[in-house]
Amino acid sequence: MEPFKKQTGIVTLLDLPNVDTDQIIPKQFLKRIERTGFGQFLFYDWRFIDGKKPNPDFEMNADRYRGATILATRANFGCGSSREHAPWALLDYGFRCLIAPSFADIFHNNCFKNGILPVKLSESQVETIFERVRKTPGYRLTVDLEKKKIVSDDGLDFTFELDEFRRHGLLGGLDDIGLTLQYENKILAYEANHREISPAPPGQTSI
Amino acid sequence: MKPKTMFEKIWEAHVVHEEAGQPSLLYIDRHLVHEVTSPQAFEGLRLTGRRVRRPELTFATMDHNVPTTNRKIPIQDAVSAKQIETLVQNCSEFGVALFDLDSPDQGIVHVIGPELGLTLPGQTLVCGDSHTSTHGAFGALAFGIGTSEVEHVLATQCLLQDKPKTFWIEVNGRRPYGVEAKDIILSIIGRIGTDGGTGSVIEYAGETIRRLSMEERMTVCNMSIEAGARAGMIAPDEKTFDYLRGRRYAPDDFDAAVERWRKLPTDVGSRFDRVLRVDAASLAPQITWGTNPGQVVAVDVCVPNPSDFSDPNARKSAERALDYMGLKAGTAMTEIPIDRVFIGSCTNARIEDLQRVARFVKGKRVALKVYAMIVPGSQQVKKQAENEGLDRIFKEAGFDWRESGCSMCLGMNPDILKPGERCASTSNRNFEGRQGKGGRTHLVSPIMAAAAAVEGRFADVRKYGRKGA
Repeated sequence: MEPFKKQTGIVTLLDLPNVDTDQIIPKQFLKRIERTGFGQFLFYDWRFIDGKKPNPDFEMNADRYRGATILATRANFGCGSSREHAPWALLDYGFRCLIAPSFADIFHNNCFKNGILPVKLSESQVETIFERVRKTPGYRLTVDLEKKKIVSDDGLDFTFELDEFRRHGLLGGLDDIGLTLQYENKILAYEANHREISPAPPGQTSI
Repeated sequence: MKPKTMFEKIWEAHVVHEEAGQPSLLYIDRHLVHEVTSPQAFEGLRLTGRRVRRPELTFATMDHNVPTTNRKIPIQDAVSAKQIETLVQNCSEFGVALFDLDSPDQGIVHVIGPELGLTLPGQTLVCGDSHTSTHGAFGALAFGIGTSEVEHVLATQCLLQDKPKTFWIEVNGRRPYGVEAKDIILSIIGRIGTDGGTGSVIEYAGETIRRLSMEERMTVCNMSIEAGARAGMIAPDEKTFDYLRGRRYAPDDFDAAVERWRKLPTDVGSRFDRVLRVDAASLAPQITWGTNPGQVVAVDVCVPNPSDFSDPNARKSAERALDYMGLKAGTAMTEIPIDRVFIGSCTNARIEDLQRVARFVKGKRVALKVYAMIVPGSQQVKKQAENEGLDRIFKEAGFDWRESGCSMCLGMNPDILKPGERCASTSNRNFEGRQGKGGRTHLVSPIMAAAAAVEGRFADVRKYGRKGA
């Protein structure tokens, strides 16, 4: 996983609340067995007309947002299905940071496993970002995870909250499985002491 | 001793390691796997040279991609076929039990888990699927995870989890005729919103919940995720134990297990972060009008007007939803004609759902212009339904009777809506395009779906009364 330290990039907008993961990556693209190559299908039904022509009414398609690495959107982003294909598609398209008033739980978790930083700001702070982005083509923000700050050349300066564990993991690009395996002795001890709770079901042999 | 919630008891019994300011390392008792969210996880194991730590606690089936027509015909979609074949290979390579397409136990992962006794009270159970909340109906802590977490559980049998908040939803009062478990949960989602449960584990309680059958409890817990909740759960009781006794993977020392399970229910005097009380007696059958499960009304009212919503986000959502759904504010819900009916999914494709539908449609006919299908949740459900002659009732009434799978709940297989088609669906999500691009989904209970099939438009099932059904 690529570490996330500091990102400066163009901000694009998705002005809708409750964007579900079916919209982020429609079901017909979940049949692939790879983690890569999902960016072309991101927001597929909204981005394209008949699956080919870019939809001019989809704000993100405007030239001014080309090359954006930060997505600002509304509340409860990523609700619905647990599909990790959603963060894979966002990452593959180029997004490293998402800004919204709130995120759905499973999606939020999935972002951190893929080096994407989801930043929660208040509704009014998100509104401020929307206003500034709409006013200034090519509007950029700098997201600094070390300092937990979002700043811009025009003086925007927001601080955000993130628990230390996740911040540390993203800064270092750490692999959760590697971290957990450091507790191998504890897992073994748990397994030895809790056979009653988690036995092998009848007919299943423990290896 | 401080009183504890059921959630706290299960959580504490599964903590392997915890440190202040860090997520807890939780032990996972049961891991269910399906073809869509697992290939990249197994590939991750392969790339890092890791094995499945406890394959004997891991069970797989294929459900999302599978056609629900004749199983003997090879799968036409090459990409789907490859994903299914990949699961077969992965299970064989890593020693995971698989209920394959030709298995008499194949079915939707959230239907077969309980059916086989894989789901047990007091467990932590995960699956790379958001509707894993279903299994909470047994008093388990069950939640959906992403593919990276699937890999994490495969490799370590543990998960890093932040401790969620607790949310007590108490439902009391006698349900009127025509109000099903589906209506209870839809009305709750309508009240608290699709993010009302975010960060929380919901415990459903109260006399109405106690009176629900196990299958009805599964319907309620299933849709906890549609309220954004991490999980939903219901305390185990005699019904739970009776349901599980004799199931294939239920513990051999069943009585000893029951004694442990009796200690799980929430202690009197426990504190919850949030409480909601619902009066079941005042509920009506529910029907969604929009493009998320929170956009729901009682069947006897009209499509809402966006200007009714004071919150600007809700107003904008409503405008967009009505446009997508092709609906006009003020139209009575019962005036909306439908093209398709889908009775199935991990929410409503168990035997009792089918039995209720059969009782309702017996001697009636699906409206001429409606195409209606019934997709059993598992091969076991299918077999039982056929043994009881339900399939004949369905076919005589004009329903298509299919093989088990996720089918038109999510349109990953050949069962999809065409653009503009309107569907009465017993599934769990009415998102734009969920059942097919441009498809218009209205979520309802099985009996409401059956009534819509017969009338060709949405109908208030209460008019049929107990006699008619």
